[in-house]
Amino acid sequence: MPIEMKQVNFLYQAGTPMEVHVLTDVNLKIEKGEFIGIIGHTGSGKSTLIQHLNGLLRASSGQVLMDGEDIFADGYDRRKLRGRVGLVFQYPEHQLFETDVLTDVCFGPKNQGFSKEEAEKKARAALDMVGLPESFYQRSPFELSGGQKRRVAIAGVLAMEPDYLILDEPTAGLDPGGRDEILGVLKDLHKKQGIAVILVSHSMEDVAQTVERIIVVQNGHIAYDAPPREVFRHYKELESYGLSAPQVTYIAHALREKGIPVDPDVTTVEEAKQSILHALSGKGGSVC
Amino acid sequence: MLKEMTLGQYYPVDSFLHGLDPRTKLASTMLYIISLFLANDFRGYLLAFLFLILCVKASNVPAKYILKGMKPILFLMMLTVVLNLFLTGGEPVLFRWYFIRITAPGARLAVFMALRLIFLITGSSLMTYTTTPTALTDGMEKGLGFLRVFRVPVHEIAMMMSIALRFIPILAEEADKIQKAQMARGANFEEGGVIARAKAMVPILVPLFISAFRRATDLAMAMEARCYHGGEGRTKMFPLKYHRCDYIAYAFVFLYMAIIIVLCFVK
Repeated sequence: MPIEMKQVNFLYQAGTPMEVHVLTDVNLKIEKGEFIGIIGHTGSGKSTLIQHLNGLLRASSGQVLMDGEDIFADGYDRRKLRGRVGLVFQYPEHQLFETDVLTDVCFGPKNQGFSKEEAEKKARAALDMVGLPESFYQRSPFELSGGQKRRVAIAGVLAMEPDYLILDEPTAGLDPGGRDEILGVLKDLHKKQGIAVILVSHSMEDVAQTVERIIVVQNGHIAYDAPPREVFRHYKELESYGLSAPQVTYIAHALREKGIPVDPDVTTVEEAKQSILHALSGKGGSVC
Repeated sequence: MLKEMTLGQYYPVDSFLHGLDPRTKLASTMLYIISLFLANDFRGYLLAFLFLILCVKASNVPAKYILKGMKPILFLMMLTVVLNLFLTGGEPVLFRWYFIRITAPGARLAVFMALRLIFLITGSSLMTYTTTPTALTDGMEKGLGFLRVFRVPVHEIAMMMSIALRFIPILAEEADKIQKAQMARGANFEEGGVIARAKAMVPILVPLFISAFRRATDLAMAMEARCYHGGEGRTKMFPLKYHRCDYIAYAFVFLYMAIIIVLCFVK
C-alpha cells in the first residue's frame, strides 16, 4: 500500500508576477513501514512536497496516488486520507488550543467520527506512545515545556492511528535533550507500531542515525534518493546545496587522505569508531 | 483563502506610478475621490474614467489583475444598484410591474452610483497596488506632520499603522498554517451549517490569538532593546523627497481637478 508521486509540479501564486515554481517533476514512492528522511535547504520545497502527500496542497500538474488511487480525483475522501497519512507541521505546539492535554489529543479521532469514549481511548494510547504519563492529561497544554508540548502535538496526530507519519522539522527549536526524546519516540513508533515515519529535516546528524533512506530535495527536484551511506558519498555535492554530511563522514575522508584506510561510508559515530580501530589494528599499531 | 485576495495588495513592478512619492499618490487619490463626488453628469464621469485609464496604464498593473481584485465587492455594488434602481421616486416612470417601478432618475442614479463605486475602488486600490505599506505610512507621517501642532501623535499613529499592516500578511500566513495543521487532524471547515462552521473556527482562532500576542510581546521587546522611544529626534533611512515626476503628476492632477470643477458648474 504505497504512496506515489508521479511527475508532480507545483506553482505558487500561479499567474501573478510572484509566481514561483516550487516543485518540478517529482517522482517518489513510499512503501508502508519505511523510515525515510527528507532533507533539503530552507526553501528547497521539502515542506511543499510533504503537503502533497496528504492532499493539503493540490499539485499544479501530475498525480499523487494512494494505493493506486488518485487523491485529487473528484469524490476521493481526502479527510479519511489525512487520518491515514498523519502530518505533523513544524512547531506543532502552535496548533494546540484545548484547555487540557487529553481533550486536545481527542480532537483528531473525534473529527474522524469516533465517540467520546473511543476517542479518549485512542488519545490515551497515543499519549502513552509519546511517553506522556497520566499525570499530564488534565493539565493545560500551554503550561508544559517545549518538548512536552511537542509530544502532545505529535500525539494529536498519532491518535488518528495513521499508517504513515510525516513530521516537518520535529526537532527544530528543541534542546539536545528534547531532540533525543523526540527521535527516540519516532524510532519506537517505527519499530513497535510499524508506522512508516517520514522525517523532514535539514540536520544530517538527526537523519543519519535514524533513517533507512534519504531523499535530498534541491530546488524542487529530487537530487538523491538512496540509503544514507550512498547519499553521504556525495558529500561534496551536498555542500554545494547548503547541506552537509555527518561530521564522522568528514573525519573518515580526512583520515583516508592521511593514508589511514578507514571505511569512507561510515555514517554514525559507532561505525566510525569500529572502522578506525580496525584500520589502526590492520596497520600493526604503527600509528601512535 | 486570505492569500487569494488581490484587492489592495502591493503589485511589485516598475512604473511611473510606482516611482512617485507616496505623498503625491495619497494627495492625488484624495483629490480623485473628491472629484468623483463633484462630477454630476456623463461628461464628468467620462473624464474621470479617462483619467483612471491613464493612471492604470501608467501603473503597469494588468487590467485583468485589477478586475480580479474587484470580485469581493461585487455584491455590495449589486446591492447599491438594485436599491437605487427600485427605490428612487420621481418622473417619468420607465417601467411598472405590480409594485415594482423604475423611474428615469432612479436609472440615472443607479448607473452613476455603480460608476462612482467602481472608480472609487479602482482609484484607491491603484494607490495600494503601486505603494508598499511602509512607503504609505511614511507618506502619511510626513504629509500629516503639520497635525503635530495640534498635539496629534502623528508618528505613533503611523508606527502603529505600519506595524498593523506589516502583521497582516504574517498573521494571514499563520492562519493558513494553523488551518492546514488542523485539517491534517481531520478538521472540517467546508461543511455544516453556520453554527457548525463558526465552531470549527475555534481551533484556528485560539492558536492564532496566542501567536499574535506572542509576536506582539517579542516585537515590543525587540523595539525596547533597540532603544525605541517614539518619533522625537528620529531620522529616516530614506527621507521622502519630491522629484520632477512628482511635480508632473501634481500638474496633471490639478489640471484634471480644474476641468472637473468647471464641468460641474458650467452646464
